[in-house]
Amino acid sequence: MAYDKFNIVTSTAVPLPIENVDTDQIIPARFLKATERKGFGDNLFRDWRYHNDNTQKEDFILNNPTYSGKILVGGKNFGSGSSREHAAWAVYDYGFRCVVSSFFADIFKGNCLNIGVLPVQVSPEFLEKIFEAIDTNPDTEIEVNLPQQTITIKTSGESESFDINSYKKENMLNGYDDIDYLTKIKSEIQKFATTRPF
Amino acid sequence: MSKTLFDKVWDSHVVRNIENGPDVFFIDRHFIHEVTSPVAFLGIKSRGNTVLYPDRTFATADHNTPTINQHLPVEDPLSANQLKALEENAAEWGISHWGLGHQKNGIVHVVGPENGITLPGATIVCGDSHTSTHGAFGAIAFGIGTSEVEMVLSTQCIMQPKPKKMRINVNGELGFGVTPKDVALYIISQLSTSGATGYFVEYAGDVFSNMTMEGRMTVCNLSIEMGARGGMIAPDEKTFEYIKGRPLTPKGEAWDTAMEYWQTLKTDEDAVFDKELTFNGADIEPMITYGTNPGMGIGITNHIPDASNVEGGVATYKKSLGYMDFNEGDAMIGKPVDYVFLGSCTNGRIEDFRAFASIIKGKKKAENITAWLVPGSHEVEELIKEEGILDIITQAGFTLREPGCSACLAMNADKIPAGKLAVSTSNRNFEGRQGPGSRTLLASPLVAAATAVTGVVTDPRTLLEEVIN
Repeated sequence: MAYDKFNIVTSTAVPLPIENVDTDQIIPARFLKATERKGFGDNLFRDWRYHNDNTQKEDFILNNPTYSGKILVGGKNFGSGSSREHAAWAVYDYGFRCVVSSFFADIFKGNCLNIGVLPVQVSPEFLEKIFEAIDTNPDTEIEVNLPQQTITIKTSGESESFDINSYKKENMLNGYDDIDYLTKIKSEIQKFATTRPF
Repeated sequence: MSKTLFDKVWDSHVVRNIENGPDVFFIDRHFIHEVTSPVAFLGIKSRGNTVLYPDRTFATADHNTPTINQHLPVEDPLSANQLKALEENAAEWGISHWGLGHQKNGIVHVVGPENGITLPGATIVCGDSHTSTHGAFGAIAFGIGTSEVEMVLSTQCIMQPKPKKMRINVNGELGFGVTPKDVALYIISQLSTSGATGYFVEYAGDVFSNMTMEGRMTVCNLSIEMGARGGMIAPDEKTFEYIKGRPLTPKGEAWDTAMEYWQTLKTDEDAVFDKELTFNGADIEPMITYGTNPGMGIGITNHIPDASNVEGGVATYKKSLGYMDFNEGDAMIGKPVDYVFLGSCTNGRIEDFRAFASIIKGKKKAENITAWLVPGSHEVEELIKEEGILDIITQAGFTLREPGCSACLAMNADKIPAGKLAVSTSNRNFEGRQGPGSRTLLASPLVAAATAVTGVVTDPRTLLEEVIN
């Protein structure tokens, strides 16, 4: 399933300054029972967002109308734990196109890149600056510029560059995914397969 | 050039290398289950693709299955729907399917090795992060997302940058009552849950050489909990003995040819790792976790550390202890427990049930404890009966359930109720992992057993001594 192209996203951001946010928090296992990819955004951070009786937990950031936007900013080691791609789907389906953190778990990062959510890894110092800027002014806009590989706090103009390999960058800019690439080289793969002993 | 074990297996599976990009990486064996595969099959259809090598994929139902009355229809309609989707997708594409009720059904990471699907030198993936289990056999095995499940189904490849390499040595001998689970929890407590992110780990040293295959599977299983993509151990005589003659291992001449290759699967003496860590087996105690990630573990006789002595954010640490309803400085031993869970892809094998039985034999389940004992597969279940473990369990007032992932992730009805405290042999103590509001202490089958008969967190060494004396 190809996804929307990603170029420059300028938006306010939702801060979640908690470390080690695992994918069980992003979407609990009991909401993984669908056989289609739809509606996962409703259960994003389900148990942090809702009480057991399905009423909202007022103090959780997603329930605070002051904060919104296409960018989610999380603490260190974001997306650890289970490999469930549903976590990335939930982030995307809720409306985020970009997750910013100072450190990402491997599988979550890969899953995001495969579905069109851009993981932006920044220095711990820059992450702190983003949290402070949003804390001071929740309307602070953040610009994530994929062609330039920069992230900028618009109010202060402070900026940092981020890494992404050129293959994945091209994919994101054009809305291509790995399956598009792999199906094009299928005959090369089939030839390789004949060399495998088991 | 000298190569590590990981290099040897990885490099032999690279179909194509993309400059400034990932490797096109060939997958020998692919496991699928009901939760992370349905959307991948939808993707195949919507793109007009096919399953390229159906005989390289193996389906089993485990995450969502009930662990009692498996002969009856599954009550939860959503779960039943996922099981049906797996069955139909497997049938449509000619994929082997060990569904609920099948004699070979069980947890994917238990039935794979049991049936000889897991082989040294192979590349193995599954839409499940504990796929790292299979690294115990000298395979490169790791968890993938659903987009990648679709890639493997339709092209037998995924696109991955080659991870960095880490070797973790544990030398010397393990103390009395210290199990492979404790070794893994100890390493994770030293590295934290992100200490090995970006790396693929090779475990080496006396402790792993002396470990059984079941123990090695437990250790490799937990590699992901320190952030590693996977972990592996060089195959040796124990490995070959374990796999020989299993239903899907090579036979006859094919076995001899494979053996020649497998004997070469070890790290060259002068090969270089990006990072190397060494621990002493004698320093490891029976472990228990006290927080909401697997890195928050301590020796069972220790007290919960003060926030000031812990690396990382104080706010996150306090949030975690707040969720657990614990305080800095609390002793773990003696904490009253409500539930004990023995099972999962981490500790649901026969050796784990033997360990559990060694403690509870001749004792009685504590009245305040609800215990769920869940074998990893029907094969494990059969061995439990054959070896007389079922009798020990029954006489002590426990019952045995049917195979599945069960309370490890609580997708089925096996949910620890909100606020209740569980000692679990599984792999994750995240908030709500075992049910909304549940509180989990990760530990070995020995600690679980000791706790199950006393009703409070108990050092198994105190009970083992009784057995020995």
